[in-house]
Amino acid sequence: MGNSTSKKVLTGAEIIWECLLQEKVSVVFGYPGGAILPAYDALTKYKDQIHHVLTRHEQGATHMADGYARASGKVGVAIATSGPGATNMITGLATAMMDSSPIVCITGQVSRSVIGSDAFQEIDISGIAMPITKHSYLIMDIRELASTIHEAFYVAKTGRPGPVLIDIPKDVQNESIEFVYPTSRIELPGYYLPQSPLENQVKSAVELIDDAKKPIIFAGHGVLLSGASSEIIELSEKSGVPIATTLLGIGSVPDSHPLVLGMMGMHGEAWVNRAIQEADLIIACGMRFDDRVTGNLKTYSPHSKKIHIDIDLSEFNKNVHVDLPVHCDVKIFLKALNPQIRENNHRSWLKSISIWQQDSHQRDIIKTGSTTLMGAQVIRKIWEGTKGDAIVVTDVGQHQMLEAQYFNHEKPRTLITSGGLGTMGFSLPAGIGASFYGSDKEVWIIVGDGSIQMTIMELATAVQEHVNINIAIINNGYLGMVRQWQQMFYDARYAETPISSPDYVKVSEAYGLSGQRVTHIDEILPAMKQAQHVNGPSLIEFVVEQHDMVYPMVPSGADLHQMIYRPYNNNSDILKQVKEEAVK
Amino acid sequence: MKQTLVVLVDDKPGILNRISSMFRRRNFNIESLVVGSSETPGISRMTIVANEPDSTKRGNIYFNLLNLVNVISVEDITSLPCINREYVLIKIHAGSGKWSSIGEVTKNNGARIVDMGKGSVIIEAAGEEKAITELIENLSQFNIKEIMRTGKIAMRIGVSQDSDNIVSESQEDAAHWAEKKIISYFNS
Ligand SMILES: Cc1ncc(C[n+]2csc(CCOP(=O)(O)OP(=O)(O)O)c2C)c(N)n1
Repeated sequence: MGNSTSKKVLTGAEIIWECLLQEKVSVVFGYPGGAILPAYDALTKYKDQIHHVLTRHEQGATHMADGYARASGKVGVAIATSGPGATNMITGLATAMMDSSPIVCITGQVSRSVIGSDAFQEIDISGIAMPITKHSYLIMDIRELASTIHEAFYVAKTGRPGPVLIDIPKDVQNESIEFVYPTSRIELPGYYLPQSPLENQVKSAVELIDDAKKPIIFAGHGVLLSGASSEIIELSEKSGVPIATTLLGIGSVPDSHPLVLGMMGMHGEAWVNRAIQEADLIIACGMRFDDRVTGNLKTYSPHSKKIHIDIDLSEFNKNVHVDLPVHCDVKIFLKALNPQIRENNHRSWLKSISIWQQDSHQRDIIKTGSTTLMGAQVIRKIWEGTKGDAIVVTDVGQHQMLEAQYFNHEKPRTLITSGGLGTMGFSLPAGIGASFYGSDKEVWIIVGDGSIQMTIMELATAVQEHVNINIAIINNGYLGMVRQWQQMFYDARYAETPISSPDYVKVSEAYGLSGQRVTHIDEILPAMKQAQHVNGPSLIEFVVEQHDMVYPMVPSGADLHQMIYRPYNNNSDILKQVKEEAVK
Repeated sequence: MKQTLVVLVDDKPGILNRISSMFRRRNFNIESLVVGSSETPGISRMTIVANEPDSTKRGNIYFNLLNLVNVISVEDITSLPCINREYVLIKIHAGSGKWSSIGEVTKNNGARIVDMGKGSVIIEAAGEEKAITELIENLSQFNIKEIMRTGKIAMRIGVSQDSDNIVSESQEDAAHWAEKKIISYFNS
């Protein structure tokens, strides 16, 4: 960098922005307040170099940083004041933690002399954040400010990425010191990043793969994070082993590839789950055997040996016993592995999988011919209307699972969704954040009527920032996914799941963006066209069937192969059947 | 079986919070945790005793500890030759009439009376956990009012070798080190 030749005496507040510049940060998402005022005041000097997005809630700022990080692969930055500003960041930190998303959150703190006195807007945020961050800092000495920020970025993005919080007291922001940005390697003894694959582990993996008759590869979020897409495809093509993805692994491999089977787990494809249950080898890459993926652990893939490649040592044998734990970056390990495996095609194994695949086509609700809109149809049309080439950001619920099922992703980082925490309210702010990445892809936010109302105020942010996003509200009048569980497991008693909505077209108008309502399937593509032509944010409300369900489904804790299929008969009126099921 | 871990940590504010928060979050059981300064300024040494019979779980604990940014090294000395010690203070309410019989039990157990005052006696002892527990049992015939145990501290016997507990500089060595640890917990 060599920037530290000229001696500069700066305030702590200025040092914050200087450090962000050194870390090549061009956009931050935040909200001002008393304890962070010095930093905001200093921002006026850096306005040309760093763009600040004023959010409408600090949760929004964290999700925006998260969405930006997931779209770009860079570290996202959020900033807030002490006390309530900091506590509003909790949900965003936890969301980023569960999904290994690299964000740095900077909070103001009350001055050092009053820390511990319950001063106005004092909260122990670095303490509160401990279990939901990769690491947190409270800076009590201005001499540690620059080095800590430098370290925070390093911790956030290296190894298994995650959120880092830096709490900076107001008087530290006001103090002055000579600014030197550390350029040397970061010394964190005990912070160990695996780099080199071990020859004996490569050999063991090769033996297992070459001997397997019914192998399957899992592509998780780690494949995206390590940028191992082409390596995992190479492994698959050379060995003839098919690939299943986790929810967060979607996009790490092209859906259209003949060896890519689709998503596994609770709402995964039935044939994928069946293949997992019958497999004799699992090659799990950068995933963590979440309960939404495994179902009942006791009966999970009982015949398979398991290779687990992960960068996080604490993931091995956390949920599932594995035979060969490989502590390595996925890309680095696959690079060493691929040249050594034998070419193969597993013809009969792939044949059986394709037979199961044909069996489960009955779930295909898009073939109903019904004129009432179905959520799945809307998703499929959005896929068509974008030619599949968009960054899709989803919220949490039925629409999220339908997106995973009906939108085919071909490229990495084109699906952004809150998988681990399942945070409703994530999509609008995360989508705004993603749009700042500046890719030429359209951003489509797919969100339920419940979820949009959790963070709807960020529409104002979208308008103020004039960001190019398309918001598709899938309005079914219910907290749909919860209603689905009530229909299935609570005898259709719909406790507190019917939810009203404002008139979204009027809401759009009031906020100052373009809004449309769609109720018929033929209107979808024209409405999309119109939205795509809008320069700036635009919103479409899709009024869909209220009682539709997401199938297939593995009930929570059930065996993975015991999926509940769509119960309807394709030859008669499906809509009628949907309605009858819902009130039974 | 109980798991004994010697942990080197940066002596930063909140480090105890970080360790205990991790144990609580992961639903691991801490039996005792002792922390004090080490031979190096700025670095503390802890002895943590966890109660997890399952080797896989013990591996999970080990690697979760290691994952904490302020944790420098973790050494699992559960089945290594080491010196284990605990210290205890015991207060008994007793008039002078009981002093000689208390003194006898104390002496037979290798403990010491450190205070005799108006109606109370304080006994101290240092030893292995088992010996301390025995001492308390033998004293239970008297009117024990307070027990203060420190929890276990432990130290490996022999010349210390950094290579076993600290991730070494060369990446190649580090990878082998990690593999060795993985095998020690998960391949038994
Ligand atoms: C913050 C938060 N609160 C509650 C939940 C529980 N929850 C999961 S899905 C869901 C319903 C979502 O409804 P909606 O956004 O309308 O989407 P739909 O399922 O109808 O597609 C709820 C309430 C959650 N995931 N997150």
